[in-house]
Amino acid sequence: MPYFANEAFPATKRPEGWSHPPQVEPGSGGDLLEVSMGPHHPSTHGVFRMDVVLDGERVVRLKPVFGYLHRNHEKIGESTSYLGMMPYTDRLDYFSSLSNNWAYALAVEKLTGQEVPERAEYLRVILAEFTRIQNHASAIGFLIQEMGASGTPLMYAFREREKILDLFESLTGSRMMCNYMRFGGCRVDASPAWLDQARKVVAGLPGFIDEFQQLLASNEILMARCQGVGILRPELAVNAGITGPLLRASGVDYDVRKVDHYGIYDRFKFRVPLGDHWDVYDRFMVRILEMRESTRILEQALKEIPTGPVIDPKAKNRGIRPKPGEAYGRIEGPKGELGFYLISDGGLTPYRYRVRPPSLINLTELEDMCLGHDVADVVLIFGSVDIVLGEVDR
Amino acid sequence: MIKTVEEIKAAIEAIIPYAKVEIVPNPSPCGQRSLLIEPQFAVEVAEFLRSDEDLALDFLSNATGVDWPDKEVTEKVPSTRKVIKTVDGVEQEVEESYEETQKRIVPGYLEAVYHLFSMKKKHGPLVIRMRTANRTDRVELPSLTPVWRSAEFQEREIFDLFGIVFTGHPDLRRLLMWDEFKDHPMRRDYVAPDDFEYEPTAHDEVLVRAKAHQAAFAGGEGTVAG
Repeated sequence: MPYFANEAFPATKRPEGWSHPPQVEPGSGGDLLEVSMGPHHPSTHGVFRMDVVLDGERVVRLKPVFGYLHRNHEKIGESTSYLGMMPYTDRLDYFSSLSNNWAYALAVEKLTGQEVPERAEYLRVILAEFTRIQNHASAIGFLIQEMGASGTPLMYAFREREKILDLFESLTGSRMMCNYMRFGGCRVDASPAWLDQARKVVAGLPGFIDEFQQLLASNEILMARCQGVGILRPELAVNAGITGPLLRASGVDYDVRKVDHYGIYDRFKFRVPLGDHWDVYDRFMVRILEMRESTRILEQALKEIPTGPVIDPKAKNRGIRPKPGEAYGRIEGPKGELGFYLISDGGLTPYRYRVRPPSLINLTELEDMCLGHDVADVVLIFGSVDIVLGEVDR
Repeated sequence: MIKTVEEIKAAIEAIIPYAKVEIVPNPSPCGQRSLLIEPQFAVEVAEFLRSDEDLALDFLSNATGVDWPDKEVTEKVPSTRKVIKTVDGVEQEVEESYEETQKRIVPGYLEAVYHLFSMKKKHGPLVIRMRTANRTDRVELPSLTPVWRSAEFQEREIFDLFGIVFTGHPDLRRLLMWDEFKDHPMRRDYVAPDDFEYEPTAHDEVLVRAKAHQAAFAGGEGTVAG
């Protein structure tokens, strides 16, 4: 098998032709070894298991096993009121609760036809971009930690993340479980002092990103470990529904912010960074560059933010009964396309409440990326996907 | 811009004339209507949607299931009955029309919903649906995983939580619940067992043995080995 073993699944190959290597029979005397990585492996960010079949140190089969954190989020959504589900969305991807809030609010607003005031749209953009920056910084930090650099880069990321979480706390009352968006706006207004503090944090961000990049990007060990590892070809990525930085690192120009222009993203100038080697290093670099673009958006949004209400005083949140029908709202979350699909039958609770989890669907290609690599690289490739188990298992 | 659902329906019918496609209305303000596709031709239609140059729907974003249980519908049906009436002082049997209240059971079905977008053309969404024949024994639908691999885990999830069996799926196993689990929790009529916290473990055996040990000790028989 060649080193770049993604060739195992060329784009033309159809699933009926996917080869599943034989199960390892105990005592068969074969050279293959079946290893269960997880659910408590430190690199899995929670409870996630991979059934890995190894030939020596090389991976010949990898099957992800899900469900250790399954709580049937969707069933809870069907027995709770529309507003009652808002704090629960925080617990999906607990690193980026504000993005989850926005995606859910967007879906309900599509269902009810509510309008969002200007200032609330700006606040949503500001908070979503802050969320993206702190998510990407910690994702890179964890990735480097899995490479063996225990602590230092992660602490650099967390130092910056703390500043952003402090902002979240002073605005929403909570560092991670923010529960901030409402249908037709946001819950509370940001004070001028908060906006000043946010501007101060944003002014410090380019320096942090420069420092972070200088610390890591040209590190010889990092380059040796990441370059050419876990290659994901663009046509495979598109077919497997991969989204987010993982897709863009594979060179596909698709960003829901640019495609849907949801909210007010058409007003800001920003670029979409793309990878051209499609490997782990590109995913790392794309995240760094996305942090820079997010900083640009934040600078523009904090400069242009108008005064006004953050929620229409007539907007109804409690006990809403949308007209029968369905809606699909999606945003570009930090981990990929986060969607909410709702069906209303005119009642107090959604008839169907569905989360499109980017973390789960981004794992579709995990096996393909890992085949032919060493076990140590599996940890790295898995880290470069950037998942949160609260969203994978729901 | 993506074509309207009518245009897409016409395009499908021009290429695959034997496939019946129906437009499902959506009365909500966003008005995103969907196409109901006959399961037996679904893979063919999906291949067309993905490979057609104008549509190029290469990205299956969301695949999910919906459960529509049997519904009892009460409706008024015009009908006639014979009544005895006094007409001109003479009792007569006359026919009278009235509205009869009838109850009827609309059979339920399971539904798979797919949201399609195009990464090449940057448009979408197109929503397509497939419905099973009933909710009990004829729950097979063709898998669209051969067309969009994105459906691989999502169809496994639908199979797990709704019980739709996707024929042609390369690896149809439960995704979130454990393999020995019997029911499908996302169905509307699912009732959670009241003892599902109980899980037999080795610990229970240990407890039983400990209890026996303590009883023997309290009875004054001295220490009991084991």
